[in-house]
Amino acid sequence: MSPLEISTGEAVLFWVLAPLMVAGALSLLFAKRPVHIAVSMAGVMIGLAIMYIMLEAPFLGVAQIVVYTGAVMMLFLFVIMLAGVDSSESLVETIKGQRWIAVVGMLGLLVLVIAVVTRATLPPAVGLAEANADTNPVGVARLIFGDYIFAFELTAALLITAAVGALVLSHRRRLSPKIGQKELAEAKLAAYGKGGSAEGVTPPAGPGVYARHNSADMPALDAAGIPIDSSVVTVLRVRGQEAEAADLDSDRVARIATGEPMVPEIAPATETTKENEE
Amino acid sequence: MDTLNLAWLLIAIPLVSSAVLLLLGRASDSWGHWLGVLASAAAAVLAIVILVQLLGLAADDRVANVHLFDWITAGDLTVSAGLLVDPLSVTFALLITFVGTLIHIYAVAYMSHDADRRRFFAYLNLFIAAMLVLVLADSYALLFLGWEGVGLASYLLIGFWNQNTEYAVAAKKAFVMNRVGDMGMLVAMMAMFATFGAVDFETVFGAASGAGQGAMTLIGLMLVLAACGKSAQFPLQAWLGDAMAGPTPVSALIHAATMVTAGVYLIVRSGPIFEHTPTAQLVAAIIGAVTLLFGAIVGCAKDDIKKVLAASTMSQIGYMMLAAGLGPIGYAFAIFHLITHGFFKAGMFLGAGSVMHGMGDEVNMRGFGNLSKYMKVTWITFMAGWLAIIGIPPFSGFWSKDKIIESAFVGEGWQPWVFGTVALVGAGITAFYMSRLFFMTFHGKARWNDGSNEAPGPERHPHESPALMTVPMIVLAVGAIALGGVLSIGDTFVSWLEPVTGHVEHHEPVLPVPVIMASTIVLVLIGAFLAWRQYAASAVPVTPPAGTVLTRAARVDLYQDAVNEGVFMRPGQHLTRTLVYTDTAVVDGAVNGLGSGTLGWGERLRRLQNGFVRSYAAVMLIGVIGALVVVLASRV
Amino acid sequence: MSLVNYLVLSGILFSIGSIAVLTRRNAIVAFMGVELMLNAANLTLVTFGRLHGDLHGQVIAFFVMVVAAAEVVIGLAIIVSIFRTRGSASIDDANLLKS
Repeated sequence: MSPLEISTGEAVLFWVLAPLMVAGALSLLFAKRPVHIAVSMAGVMIGLAIMYIMLEAPFLGVAQIVVYTGAVMMLFLFVIMLAGVDSSESLVETIKGQRWIAVVGMLGLLVLVIAVVTRATLPPAVGLAEANADTNPVGVARLIFGDYIFAFELTAALLITAAVGALVLSHRRRLSPKIGQKELAEAKLAAYGKGGSAEGVTPPAGPGVYARHNSADMPALDAAGIPIDSSVVTVLRVRGQEAEAADLDSDRVARIATGEPMVPEIAPATETTKENEE
Repeated sequence: MDTLNLAWLLIAIPLVSSAVLLLLGRASDSWGHWLGVLASAAAAVLAIVILVQLLGLAADDRVANVHLFDWITAGDLTVSAGLLVDPLSVTFALLITFVGTLIHIYAVAYMSHDADRRRFFAYLNLFIAAMLVLVLADSYALLFLGWEGVGLASYLLIGFWNQNTEYAVAAKKAFVMNRVGDMGMLVAMMAMFATFGAVDFETVFGAASGAGQGAMTLIGLMLVLAACGKSAQFPLQAWLGDAMAGPTPVSALIHAATMVTAGVYLIVRSGPIFEHTPTAQLVAAIIGAVTLLFGAIVGCAKDDIKKVLAASTMSQIGYMMLAAGLGPIGYAFAIFHLITHGFFKAGMFLGAGSVMHGMGDEVNMRGFGNLSKYMKVTWITFMAGWLAIIGIPPFSGFWSKDKIIESAFVGEGWQPWVFGTVALVGAGITAFYMSRLFFMTFHGKARWNDGSNEAPGPERHPHESPALMTVPMIVLAVGAIALGGVLSIGDTFVSWLEPVTGHVEHHEPVLPVPVIMASTIVLVLIGAFLAWRQYAASAVPVTPPAGTVLTRAARVDLYQDAVNEGVFMRPGQHLTRTLVYTDTAVVDGAVNGLGSGTLGWGERLRRLQNGFVRSYAAVMLIGVIGALVVVLASRV
Repeated sequence: MSLVNYLVLSGILFSIGSIAVLTRRNAIVAFMGVELMLNAANLTLVTFGRLHGDLHGQVIAFFVMVVAAAEVVIGLAIIVSIFRTRGSASIDDANLLKS
């Protein structure tokens, strides 16, 4: 067996990928929004997939992309949308000493692992040229369906169990009869008929007013000029990304207040396009 | 020997019946008492069959060991459960089952108004079974089983009406005082095991002559202590009077005829041991003599009819104990008196129960009087018992008691004079208090409220008891009249017991026999006359007179409870309080200190469990790093 | 350039994953830290497989991936159900087990 030669191309690719991956991973520690973290993690997963292919494991590399980038990280994104989207977390530590323990622990682990890895006397690298003689997937398949067939069958059971488990865990027993669109509309109309509010009977107000500022973060105004909270998407409001009248130029607000017509003039028109571009 | 091998059925039948009655519970309420009677009667029939079988054998063959099973096997000690069928045990078995059956029948009527009659019969059957184990046992270990069994049955029956606190306390008192005697029994057994390496009669008696004097004296004295506890002898006599709290059939069966005589049985059965320890023998005789006088004096002062009978029982067992303490010459007479006493005393207790039955459960004799007119059968049967106990010839008691008095006069030195005189005087006092009881109850002027006179208390309508009660009384009265005489013809009974008690040469008392007999009868007549003059011929005050110092002392049982409380209870209480204090302050202090220390540490360590998963993860990380460091450090 | 570089990278990723688990309170983020740790381990397995010229490392990595996928499904289901009942995805809020 000839010792493995690592090509320069591989080295270059490694040194390009590794810093990107570490940077992506560091988002776990420093990014505030879970969505950002999930996306950077997906990037790390892709980097890992490329590395697997570099490491003569093309099957695993593809599986990594399919399983991790394609399935796991997307699942994370779904859950973030479902549960964590409005929970951007403050990075202030609440448990006393936890951060110190974490930092010291991480440094200790890092030093230990790197020291072990670098100080260890490793045998000369062999490479997988021989093992991958019949292409890598065939080699892996021989092992999986040979030596590891029993473990493989067990993973099937594990996956089925996991699927059923997820169903059971996220299942909620219905305690009241289901209220569909029809029932909801009827209930709203009945309430309105008894003198209740008109909310829900008429379509909800859409965001964006003032003709020249119709972005989704701007609440609609009712006839009396009071902002309608429900016209802005909840997520934006929760995240504090809602715009207020004060964010606009005071001149226009004054004009609205005095009831001047809002017919656009020529000169401000360019201004409007500018704002919209923003 | 077929029938003898069935001796275990004697015990099994009442035991099974008792278990059935207890386990079936209320389901057997309607017929349970008859099952109890049947079980007892079956045992009695079997006992008679065994007696006939034994009588058909030559005198020397009348001892049979029936091995049942190996009971305890531990190291060198093997205790087999076996029955010893010999004249002595069969005599007892007959007494127990026969008198027991009569009392069962009596109790069917006596307890008819009691909601718990079935339970009562279950306990009675349990008692019969335990008592038979006691007398039929072939080893001290099995005897002890029966000994405790009768103690338990006695406790349950004294406290049968335990809804009455006083009765429950009486039961507890009897139980506790019996335990004192049981300690003697246990120590005796331990000493036997240490000396002979066995506790069965055969081995122990066979080796008795070879053992040291000290060990024999210890065993003998401990056996006497055990006998004192069970037979209510001085100084463990205090429980018997209170034991009258139990229903009257219980008093008749357990606290007069059978269980309390177990001490006498124990000493007679242990005769081969006492032969080698004159000290213990003498102690037994002295205790008998003291108790004889003690019971007699107490009996003279009591107004409660059952307590007088209890004191009398104590006194009569004192006679038996005295006889047993005299050695082989007294053994046969002790048992003889035991048998006749079983009949006449049981009869009198049943008579007392019949009187109570007719008088609305009144027990104060000062509230009786002239009942002979209303309760003829009770009166006549009671009279038979009375004449028997005071020893008027030819009633049963005369034959047995006179023999004891004669035996007491046998010997050398001071002993015959002292024991003889005590026995003689005791007979006179017995005559006085029993006549007092008889006259106060059945003669003189009626002192109860019949609706027309001025007597205090609720109105009474004395009436004769039903046949179920009178028939057993009549049978026992026949025994009281004739049994002693019949068994004395040609010394039948003494020679019947010879295989057990051994043949004894005739000894001449220090006084001529006719003189003793004559003076006994004279003293008895004087005692009876005095009682008649005071309690039949003259009016009996309804409220007890102040009396002399002796009377007042006798009314409170010669201060037996005060002495027990002052000498044992109070110091005991102080001791236990001191121990409790030491326990709480020192022992508990250490333990609690340890506990609170642990608690404090736990409280501190608890802070680590803050519920934050991230903290736990941090601990895990530290652990992993630590483990890695340790592994790597060992490699470097 | 030697294969050791891959191992060092794996160690760095693993450490970042572990510190993320320790410091981030959002359960989803902490969970992503766990995934990163698993992937770092996988990288080690594959690297050593190549070092020894053996495919077993890749097979084990494959199984790790499968198990991780199952684990993610269950873990996220748990997070969702906790979020539903407690209205929070913070790990520190789920501290009912403390004494």
